[in-house]
Amino acid sequence: MKTIPVLLSELEKGETTAVALIEQALGAIEANVDFNAVLNPIKDRALERAKKIDVARKSGEKTGRLAGIPFIVKDNMLAFGAPTTAASKMLQNFDAPFQAEVIERLENEGAICVGKANLDAFAHGGSTENSAFGPTVNPHDKGRVAGGSSGGSAASVALGITPFALGSDTGGSVRQPASFCGVVGYKPTYGAVSRYGVVAMASSTDVVGPLANTVDDARLITEIIGGRDEKDGTTLADYLENEYLPQKKYKLALVKEWNGSTIDPGVREVISTTVERLQSAGHVVDEVSMPTFDYALAVYYVVVPAEIASNLARYDGIRYGLRLEAGSLKELYTSSREAGFVDENKRRIIIGNYVLSSGYYDAYYKKAQQARTLIIKNFSEVFESYDAIIGPVSSTPAFAFGEYIDDPLEMYLTDTMTVTASLAGLPAISVPAGKAGGMPVGLQIIGKAKADQTVFALAQIVERLKAA
Amino acid sequence: MTAISLSDVKKLATLSALDMSDEELARLTPEIERIRRYVEKLSEVNTDGVEPTYQVNHLHTVVREDKIIDYGIDQKALLKNAPDTLESQIKVHRIVE
Repeated sequence: MKTIPVLLSELEKGETTAVALIEQALGAIEANVDFNAVLNPIKDRALERAKKIDVARKSGEKTGRLAGIPFIVKDNMLAFGAPTTAASKMLQNFDAPFQAEVIERLENEGAICVGKANLDAFAHGGSTENSAFGPTVNPHDKGRVAGGSSGGSAASVALGITPFALGSDTGGSVRQPASFCGVVGYKPTYGAVSRYGVVAMASSTDVVGPLANTVDDARLITEIIGGRDEKDGTTLADYLENEYLPQKKYKLALVKEWNGSTIDPGVREVISTTVERLQSAGHVVDEVSMPTFDYALAVYYVVVPAEIASNLARYDGIRYGLRLEAGSLKELYTSSREAGFVDENKRRIIIGNYVLSSGYYDAYYKKAQQARTLIIKNFSEVFESYDAIIGPVSSTPAFAFGEYIDDPLEMYLTDTMTVTASLAGLPAISVPAGKAGGMPVGLQIIGKAKADQTVFALAQIVERLKAA
Repeated sequence: MTAISLSDVKKLATLSALDMSDEELARLTPEIERIRRYVEKLSEVNTDGVEPTYQVNHLHTVVREDKIIDYGIDQKALLKNAPDTLESQIKVHRIVE
């Protein structure tokens, strides 16, 4: 798939048109239907917008920085032209009354949304197997998952349907599928990108981020979607203020806890090769122990279900969403929710309400939030001596369908390396670093809060060294 | 800490407004208990005197000036997703006999 600057230059030179690019993308959605990456295409609206952009470009009118570039968004973001389902029966027919701020910002630059990508229902999962509409298939091996929860977005980019896609990352949901599908996946600093119009999962860690073929493309998209939005009170204005320095020599901490025997040997090999390349290029890489990471996953699976239980309380079958008619109001609530959620949604709601209940609040919820403080402190200590932290994204390459689906705890354990940055609100990327057993493996780079440009610079370095 | 029993999950399901079948309760209970046992490792972490972090950017309730901002969303667009409406209202079940 061509990069965004290449496509833009072809558009400028008149070698292609926005209509042609949209028709190609819509054709690719149809041709790749077996991968189940896209739940619903956006046809009429996309073609209409493309025609307008072609006319504007031809007549020399000012067009945006992405005029005519097609993209796909995870189906937990509100968009016009197709339902917003969150891959759930609950929102199967939800017709968005407004668009997510991130889509508005992309459209203001002339980008064109051509479809809604598959995900685990309500973004709960790491394999897209929890989608109410079937799992997404990995473009590199039809027997394996694409990862999740932004599996459809990652697969769409890997399949070359669009040059970029949007995902959301609560505990690794952009980075892990990016690693599994061999594309770049970026989770910005918490608060860097507006969540207005994004189906809420865990509000203290939810972040929207891009998936793309190159680090430069991911950076461009982040710059366009990021920044303060009055409609999302948690957004920041200053997240990209640090300098982008892709020629600098960096000092990196390789997480000792992520380099042990529990890591797939192929993944370890990719990481050590990347470390050697970085060292040969003049960067310093030291193995550093981060002892708080041992309990980060436990913190995550207390805090996040608690926020999920609260955020999903809004689905009551009254104002919008699935409604099952019943005799009493109470039965209407319980039967609608029962039918609208998948098992994983229910498990998380139950755990969330358990850890928030009066007898257990201190032992689980408050305790987890205290332990979260210790994780943040651990990060700060390491950042006193290092520019960034590196390690795998996941302990394995993409796993086979059904490998973990019957064992929710084993599935949770696959999130071990991604949840740490989420709990601390730090920027983190998955950049393709090599292959293990023929499957793509990503390197994770975690930066200080608001040091998004440092993460991009380092990812660009890794990308360059791999290509050399 | 005590284990989560089937009757605990049943009670939590009721509080969560979920109409779980007996089969579902029997299936989910051991899964939830395994997850609880895993997260219980937090009890080994020394958190004496540590402040909890509920929000990483240390924001507190965000308030803005009390003025009307037009988000450009009309009432019809908002009501089209409601399962049952009457004129410009969402219709709900009668709750007072």
